[in-house]
Amino acid sequence: MRIGGKGLIDRTKPVKFLFDGRAYGGYRGDTLASALLANDVRLMGRSFKYHRPRGVLTAGSEEPNALVEIIGTKNQTPNVRATVQEVFEGLNARSQNRWPSLRFDALGINDAVSPFLSAGFYYKTFMWPRAFWERIYEPLIRRAAGLGSLSGRHDEGLYEKAYAFCDLLVIGSGPTGLMAALTAARSGADVILADEEARLGGRVLADDIMVGGKPGSDWVAEVKAELTALPNVRIMTRTTVTGAYDHGTYGALERVGLHLRARANLPRECFWRIVAKRAILASGALERGIAFPMNDRPGIMMAGALRSYLNIYGVAPAKRVTIFANNDSARASARAMIKAGVTVAAIIDSRADAPMEDGTIVHAGAQVTTTRGRLALREITVRKGGEDILIETDCLGVSGGWNPTLHLTCHMNGRPSWCEERAAFVPQPGAVPGLFAAGAANGTFSTHGCLAAGHAAALAALSDLELRPASVMLPEAEDAPYRIAALWAVAGKGRAWLDLGNDVTTKDVALSAQENFSSVEHMKRYTTQGMAPDQGKSSNVAALAVLADATGRSIPETGTTTYRPPFVPVSIAALGAGGRGTGFAPQRFLTSDQASRDRGAPMIEAGLWYRPSYFPKPGEATWRESCDREVMMVRETVGVADVSTLGKIDIQGADAARFLDFVYSNMFSTLPVGRVRYGLMLREDGFVLDDGTTARLGEQRYLMTTTTAAAGLVMRHLDFVHQAFCADWQVRFISVTEAWAQFAVAGPQARVLLNSMLDEPVDLPFMGCAPLRIGGVEGRIFRISFSGEEGYEVAVPTRYGEALFRDLVARAETIGGGPYGMEALNVLRIEKGFITHAEIHGRVTAFDIGMNKMISAKKDCIGKAGALRPGLVGPEREQMVGLRVSGDKGLVAGAHLFTHGDAISRVASQGYVTSVCWSPMLNQWLGLGFLKNGRARHGEKVRLVDHMRDVDLICEVCDPVFHDPNGEKLRA
Amino acid sequence: MPELIAKSPLGTRSPLTIGLLRLSEAPIMPMTSIAVFPGHDKAIAKVLKPMGLAFPAPNMISQKGEAFLAWTGRDQAFLLGVAAPMIPASAAAVTDQSDAWAGLIFEGPGAHDALMRWVPIDLRPERFAIGSAIRAPIYHMQAIILRLTANRFDLLVFRSMARTAWHEIELAMMTIEARSQRSK
Repeated sequence: MRIGGKGLIDRTKPVKFLFDGRAYGGYRGDTLASALLANDVRLMGRSFKYHRPRGVLTAGSEEPNALVEIIGTKNQTPNVRATVQEVFEGLNARSQNRWPSLRFDALGINDAVSPFLSAGFYYKTFMWPRAFWERIYEPLIRRAAGLGSLSGRHDEGLYEKAYAFCDLLVIGSGPTGLMAALTAARSGADVILADEEARLGGRVLADDIMVGGKPGSDWVAEVKAELTALPNVRIMTRTTVTGAYDHGTYGALERVGLHLRARANLPRECFWRIVAKRAILASGALERGIAFPMNDRPGIMMAGALRSYLNIYGVAPAKRVTIFANNDSARASARAMIKAGVTVAAIIDSRADAPMEDGTIVHAGAQVTTTRGRLALREITVRKGGEDILIETDCLGVSGGWNPTLHLTCHMNGRPSWCEERAAFVPQPGAVPGLFAAGAANGTFSTHGCLAAGHAAALAALSDLELRPASVMLPEAEDAPYRIAALWAVAGKGRAWLDLGNDVTTKDVALSAQENFSSVEHMKRYTTQGMAPDQGKSSNVAALAVLADATGRSIPETGTTTYRPPFVPVSIAALGAGGRGTGFAPQRFLTSDQASRDRGAPMIEAGLWYRPSYFPKPGEATWRESCDREVMMVRETVGVADVSTLGKIDIQGADAARFLDFVYSNMFSTLPVGRVRYGLMLREDGFVLDDGTTARLGEQRYLMTTTTAAAGLVMRHLDFVHQAFCADWQVRFISVTEAWAQFAVAGPQARVLLNSMLDEPVDLPFMGCAPLRIGGVEGRIFRISFSGEEGYEVAVPTRYGEALFRDLVARAETIGGGPYGMEALNVLRIEKGFITHAEIHGRVTAFDIGMNKMISAKKDCIGKAGALRPGLVGPEREQMVGLRVSGDKGLVAGAHLFTHGDAISRVASQGYVTSVCWSPMLNQWLGLGFLKNGRARHGEKVRLVDHMRDVDLICEVCDPVFHDPNGEKLRA
Repeated sequence: MPELIAKSPLGTRSPLTIGLLRLSEAPIMPMTSIAVFPGHDKAIAKVLKPMGLAFPAPNMISQKGEAFLAWTGRDQAFLLGVAAPMIPASAAAVTDQSDAWAGLIFEGPGAHDALMRWVPIDLRPERFAIGSAIRAPIYHMQAIILRLTANRFDLLVFRSMARTAWHEIELAMMTIEARSQRSK
């Protein structure tokens, strides 16, 4: 119910929202949880395993119970914490993990059979019969497992990623964080203040504390106004810092549009990477529960959350509240409730010396031993000095103490240390370089202590940043000591929950210890404690205390599990923002792209490039028809293809020739100016890295070409060789891949075509190169061939690429030629036995591809020593061969080769097929592949088997060059 | 004799204005990489001096009138805006880069905020001052980012990737604008 005059919500802005299809009202500034509580809706979810009815436990991001699905127009998000989701007009939320309804859930049957579902139940139960696992057990478990449901559609919402930088990142805006930010900001530091809540203030607001003699919310407003006005401060609300990483980098998730109706271009979330020279962790503390029997009913919540709902949202979760605590902090909840006119039935304080309280009864030295109420709490039983007292109540506020929110300090492998006095872990100083934990996050629990700690932490950071601190007065505030007597679990009949998220009870932990899963990491995995969406925020410490008790060890001996990022769940959509669909990688477009598409060419991705697959003509029904025509066109007249995607590297300097001799296996220093040579490049381990042609443009200048696929790789390799082995050489190189548009013109009519458009007729020997002029534009021409025909490559500055391509193609068509695509290009090179990265795939040597002689004996080169290692040369190697078969049955790449008559087994494989094509010229299927001792086996029939595609045929081994083996056409 | 028509990387795309931010394609301009050979710094300085330029320190730009020389790597800088001077072949490797890069001009107050959606560099005016140059990725692609004047970035990306770069910056502009409208 709503309490008049309380809370910070905007009562002038009512909003309507849906929960499980029913309309409710709330106010702007409400969370879904506070608005539902205001409407007296206390049942918000079903538990994971037993499907028990659950209400909201907390008022923050640590919530384990109140998880809902948010239904949007373009997405459906499961496991949203109702305590984090703000309401807005039209919000559509749905409870989850229940069927058919939240009030009646069929899987509630699990609760009745809970004795059978204890920890380790899967491992013990689904062992036999063995055959049942895949067909019966696993599908059943999969159906029952998981929380929430997915729409099965892509999330088409917009997400964002961004970077930010600062001198000081302040994480949390409670008293500590605000004081730290104020001190640092006034001193001129570049400050980012991040808080996961919508409002700054943290527990100053939740606890309605007096600061500096005025209400806390006024003090917060003043500080906020000052910070907002300063140019060196960036305030990031709704932003949870999720992880601490190397070099002062922090991950943070901002809820940008999740609290608003979806609108165009507004991201739902933004994942920030914040680089901070220093950081202050002022994340406060999380209240923990007490594991007493039947402690999970709707209406049982954290005592601190009662204050949050009252002071921030003006909501009292119930009419008759009871408090159960082992420390003084929960008294504030009782007082606030009484002041707001809510009945506080009693305070059950486990400490025998607990002080009395005005306005209610205090049962000192007492414990809650059981509770009743199916869909909501109705009654509790309290044991006091051997006597049971029944108390009628609809809400029980529990406080088992406070755990500093120290998670981030552990993200770089730091372990917290145990503090007996506070009965809590506290951060280890320096666990994350540059990060100071301060205030409640560091175990300081009074407001005055937090303000002072925030100020002190800022001073320490300022000193590191070499900034002079400006004067800041510490406002006055309460400085009550934190008194606690540890109480983790209450003995008694019935299940006592530790981890509400994953339904883990004290019995599960004890069972784990009994079965010798007694290390805390084993217990976690055996019971799944701490593995729910809340990552055990309110249960980890209590669970290990129970484990310590069960194993007879102390808590520090037992240790904690590892706190890993992210601190709160982060959607994959936010981490991968921008990467959906074509955002996955940059798209690279050729200058001929539009011209190719204009001709109806389907584009295929080659690396990041889009290249035309083939150019269909009217009447051609399949790609093969187009491809066959294009192949014959090149063989008989002339074809034009865009080959700009090949890597081009301009290499210059007095030592350029020496450098090429070093990186290529063969000799380049002897190459005359104006000539081109094919080169083979090895990795340091002696395997083939790449191949390509390199032209000598001048005495001290070469132009290297690489394959499309390895353009970046070769550039990196050259950089490595240069920097690691010969940094002092007179050599420099730079990529010019993008500077030139280059077109292959191949076929018997190639020269005719070129002469029709060049300023001077072509007069180049095979493997020659020269400058050219075309329509006044200066370019280059190379006589090289990847097709086996007389071939040229013409290069012009990229800006002229489209014009040249269109012109070349138009002219080619007048003499029976035209453009050809990647499919035809592939057939042409297979017919000629030319390799691509299908063959030089990283596991082949120069010997394997028949190019061992290209490793020059006259000089050293990268990979030469590696290539000489035993096992890299000889008949045991799989060597490149040609394969052919007549008839309709096609060869398939990826198939394995077997000696005729051998068993078809993995160990009997003699090799494999790398490339295949239908050769329209030879009227048969051709292939390239690798076969053991293959060069000695030309003429042999081998069996080709592909189990995946159900192919099994006999083919002939032959020389890999099928077309024009003597290169007569090439040199025409 | 054919007449080859020159096309800019983005063709005829018109400038895009969203809110206070404006994205446009830079006109094609002369661009030359100059990579100094070891021990030839003085020879280069001698060539550059009459132009009023000096070989820039890492992440800096040397500028004089229309001409500017931006650091792009170890012993390497790009000369933009003017044709390359005669440089002795023994002193530096000189390579025409005019067609290799697409130039984008991104300007307006807070342009750095939009760019920092994709660029992992502190581009705020006080940290990336006028006269700064850096090679950094724009999301997946490498780029050269220059600040020649306040509230404006000159971006160079691989020519073939210009459309993706445009799209990504456009997306950042739209989200920044939507964020600024959020509370209205």
